[in-house]
Formats: sequence, structure tokens, C-alpha cells
Amino acid sequence: MTVHSTALRANPWLTRTARIEDVIGEISGVCTYRLTVSDKNGGASYGFAPGQFNMLYLPGVGESAISMSGDPARTDSWIHTVRVAGNVTKTLAGLGRGDTLGLRGPFGTGWPHEELIGNDIVIVAGGLGMAPLRPLIYQLMSQRDKFNRIWLICGARSFDGLLYVREYNTWRKGGIDVQLTVDRATDGWAGHVGVVTLLIDRLQLPRPEQTYLVACGPEVMMKYAAASGIRLGIAEKRIWVSLERNMRCAAGLCGHCQLGPEFICKDGPVLRYDRIRKYLFVEQL
Amino acid sequence: MAQTSAVLFFSKPRLQSLLDELRTRGYCVVGPTIDQEAIIYDEILSVDELPRGWTDEQAPGQYRLRRRDDDAWFGYVVGPHSWKKYLFPPKTTLLSAEKTANGWEFIPRADDSTSFALLGVRACELAAIRIQDRVFLDGPYQDPLYRERRQRLFIVAVNCTQAASTCFCTSMKTGPRCEQGFDLALTEIDSGFLCDVGSDVGQDVIAVCSAVEATSEQQQSAASARQQAVDQIERRMDTSDLPGLLLGNLDHPRWKEVGDRCLSCTNCTMVCPTCFCSSVTEIRDLNMDRVDRERSWDSCFNPDFSYLGGSLVRNDTASRYRQWLTHKLDSWQNQFGTSGCVGCGRCITWCPVGIDLTEEVAAIRETSTP
Repeated sequence: MTVHSTALRANPWLTRTARIEDVIGEISGVCTYRLTVSDKNGGASYGFAPGQFNMLYLPGVGESAISMSGDPARTDSWIHTVRVAGNVTKTLAGLGRGDTLGLRGPFGTGWPHEELIGNDIVIVAGGLGMAPLRPLIYQLMSQRDKFNRIWLICGARSFDGLLYVREYNTWRKGGIDVQLTVDRATDGWAGHVGVVTLLIDRLQLPRPEQTYLVACGPEVMMKYAAASGIRLGIAEKRIWVSLERNMRCAAGLCGHCQLGPEFICKDGPVLRYDRIRKYLFVEQL
Repeated sequence: MAQTSAVLFFSKPRLQSLLDELRTRGYCVVGPTIDQEAIIYDEILSVDELPRGWTDEQAPGQYRLRRRDDDAWFGYVVGPHSWKKYLFPPKTTLLSAEKTANGWEFIPRADDSTSFALLGVRACELAAIRIQDRVFLDGPYQDPLYRERRQRLFIVAVNCTQAASTCFCTSMKTGPRCEQGFDLALTEIDSGFLCDVGSDVGQDVIAVCSAVEATSEQQQSAASARQQAVDQIERRMDTSDLPGLLLGNLDHPRWKEVGDRCLSCTNCTMVCPTCFCSSVTEIRDLNMDRVDRERSWDSCFNPDFSYLGGSLVRNDTASRYRQWLTHKLDSWQNQFGTSGCVGCGRCITWCPVGIDLTEEVAAIRETSTP
């Protein structure tokens, strides 16, 4: 499922003014922004499919593709969790409540929500990869009876790199088996130490042929997570990953984000693993 | 379309009437003219600006203008320019951002009122326009400037009557005969131009040329002139295993070998009539109160084209050449249902080291892993 605006179809460069309503500090170098847009042509729409992204524009600096990380049922604003990584995100980090920026979107593909219905789901998040998965988690929780078992395997370099920790208990109560692991234990950490695949490998899947694995995080993590899923009996066509490439237009017109035949911006960012696996393992593609 | 099936004929000086009529109708007429020892495309007001009596000699890495022994007006093949510069300009302002009391406001800038009439479009170039139509108009998102200009475009095609050593349109099934996608299509013979009409507006415009129905002798001369181009095409590219061959051989040693010869200069992508990659730059005034977003042609041969999170995905020339060729000949088909190559040979001619994509494809095929 995806959401596309007809105005953007006619002009994907159409940029709206977004106002920062709130800024929430998450982990170090990461903030969550709540943005509203004023649309002169009538009411603003905030519809999106979990997994889709917006282009955030800081005039004079540039644009950055940032996935939606809020509840897709929310109709009053857009939520973006952003890590300071380059000039655009660094400039954004200097802004506060009431400041404005440019926004266009939503772009890209979402997680295969319809397909997931009736199945078990393993969600694998690495570091900031949690952000594009949170809308999916909200969506699954709001229709919890439509899905069977749901695991969330969440990894980070250390405890203070885990995103949205304050919500894990709610998610657990909502019927999601949240399992955490860190690469490096710090004081007070009593949980698992190691990469996410260690936790995936230990899952006792009751019916792997009816299980989906969805992953977002560093590319190398997703490749290993997919390999673990395949070892557990999950078919490649039931594995979905969210990829990242340099993009300028977000509309399949600038050519930057290609990976083999795929435009990550319009064919992705969420792609079925069997469709892109062979390209992920070619160096410098 | 109310098309007459008759092929028309008009004398050469009448072409000026066509130019004048197009200008009267508000078109900016662009066509072939000589600049810096090459035949390029630019605005022309008079048929005197056409490269009359000149031809181009082309080979891998070589392009020279030579005097012809006749006074042909369109007796050349293709030069370094392509028509894409009018539909997809090398630089375009996409958007302006203005700082106001209420914060940033954004003004779309893609609207454009220029109507272009292209004079001298070859069959391979008509194919290139059809390919860019798919890229810029047929996907989930459209390029607004391309759409505006394309809707108003008037095309006077000209059939090739000779071929360069770098031409291989017959392999790509794009030419040399102009079959579709034009308003008018001319074939030059000694005494004048034969003219096929391809649209109602073409029918309307051609009236000013006092064109008459072509005689069978004239039609015979035109047919043999066109056949000469077919006969001169020697270069071939086997496309029977495309798509598939290149994406199936991403680890082929030939990529490294061609990467060692390639200078990563971007010439092939700049002269290619279908290459569409672009980048966006921020143009700010000194106070940062107004910023224009300027799109310019980019190339997969530029190192920072693949910049991602502080490093480059394609960090050597071999990987960039592989991206270009696999995209052009292979993945383009998955993406747009057509090859990205029209067989015009520009990338061969304008490569400073004479890399020939038809040779590279053949070399990969020779030792491909099935």
C-alpha cells in the first residue's frame, strides 16, 4: 500500500511550508519533530503508508529523505525522527518550535500491510532503522487481532542507542514480543549482547511458512537478518527490507538512487528481498 | 488526423517559408548550425545558418567537419548536441524559496512558455524523444517542464541519407527511416525536399511551402538517398540477449578492463540523447532570504553521484562504467520497457579514448556466465 498525491504526480518538486510544532530529544544526536503544513489549496493531508518518506528541505542547504515515524492513523501532523548525519540534518537540529522548512511527499513504497494479515511477523530493527518501523508497529497494534505472533527484535550499538525505549512496555502489553540486544554492554545493561541475528536464530517459529520478516537498519544487518530468516524457513518472498540510497528527486527522475534495475525512491524504499537480493551482494553496485 | 497519404515536394528555398511560418506561429525554431568546428543545435532564423555543403566524419574518439562535394543542406549525421537540451535543459530552476514574516514560502518555478520547433531531427533522435517521454511522463511522477515543452513541440524530422562509422540504429531498430513521432519528415534530394506529413498541425504549416505532390522520379531519388544511409551502416550490436546479459554478468572481468581505459569524464552521458540523470544545487542570495533550487545534468560517472552516508557506493571507474552500460542497455528495459540506447553512436564518437559500447557488449557476451 502506498499513498501518492496527484499534485505531486504533476510536479514532484512541489514543496510546502512545514512548521515545527514540537521537538522531542530521543537518543544522542537524534530528535523527533512534529510538523504541520499549511496548504493554501485547502486542508492539509497527512496520510501515508508505514515505510514511506518525505523530503525535508532546508533552503540554502538541501534536501534529505526522512521516513515517517509516527502513527499513520494520526491526521494532524507528520512525525519524523532524524539523526544528525549531514548538512541538512545538522541544520535541522539547529531549528526549534515555530521554525519553518520545506516538505514534499509522501514518496516511496510502504510495508506490505495487506499481505501480513493472518501471518506471524518478525520485525527486525537496527539502530535508527526503528524509525520507519514504528508506524508499522502502531498499525499492527491497532488491528492486533488481524495478525498472529509478532516479534520485534531490536538492536543497537549500546543501550543508549535504542530508540523509543519508553514505548517498549506499551508494545509488549499490546501483544508484541520485544527482544533487545546491544553490541556493547554498558553499566546497568543486563540483557543480550551481540548482533540481532543471534536473537533471530533463537526464535522458535511455530509456522515459518506463514511468517514474514521485515527489517530496517544498516544494509549489512538486513542481509544477515534475511539470511537468518531464510535459515528458519521463511521464504525470500516473505522478507521485506527498507533500503537507503542517495536521492535527489524522490520521484524516479534523477537517477541517483538506482540499485540494479530498482529506483530506491519509487520502487522502494521497502522492497521484497527476492527482488533485490542478488544486487545487494554485488560490490559497488 | 486528416492526413493526405501523398508525399509532397517543395524546392529548397521554400524551407525558409517554413521557418518563417513556424516563427510567426510563436515557435522558437532550433536546428543544425556550425559552431566551434562542430554541427550543433541552436536557434536559427535563416536557412543560411544551416551547415550547407558540410559533413561530419566520425570514428571512435574522432569528429571532423569536412566540405562536401555537393551543397547538401542536411548532409551530416549527428553532432555532440541532442534535442534533449530543449525538453530537459542542462540547467533549470525548479523552485524558489523566499523568507517571509511567516517563515519560508516556496514558489514552483517549472512553468515555461517557450514553444520549440525542432528542425532536422533524425530517426534515432525521434526514438530518443520517445524514450525520454517514458522517463519523464509515463512513470508515477512527471517532470513538469518536460511535459509543458513536449506538449507544444513541433518536429520537422529529416531522414538520413548517409551514415557515420559510429551509427548502429539498424541494430537498435530506431532508424534510419523516420517512421513516426514527427509533424513533418523531410528527405533531401538535389532538387528539393520530399515531405511526409505526420500531424494536422504539420499539414497546416506545410501549406506555406507551396508543396506539390512528389513525382515518382522524385520519390525514387528520395528512396535511393535513404537507402544509401542503410547501406552505409556497418556497426552492429547484437541485442538478442538484452536485457539480461549485463545484469547477469556484474562480476565480469571486462568491467575492470574497460574501467582502466575509461577516464570517467562524463562525455558519453552528456552527449547521450536519453541519459536523464540530474542533480539539484542550492543557489542562495547573500542574505539567505531567497534561494533557488537549480537542477543540472549529472552523470553516473561523477564520483559523488553515488555518495551515501559519508562514502561513495561506486568508488572506482569500473563500477561507474558498469552502472552506465547496465542501465543503458539492460535495466532500462525493466524500468521503462525499452532500451535506453538508440544507436546514434555519439558516446563512441565523443569518448576521448574511443570506448565503443558495441565492442564492450560483445566482449562481455564472449565470456559471459550464462
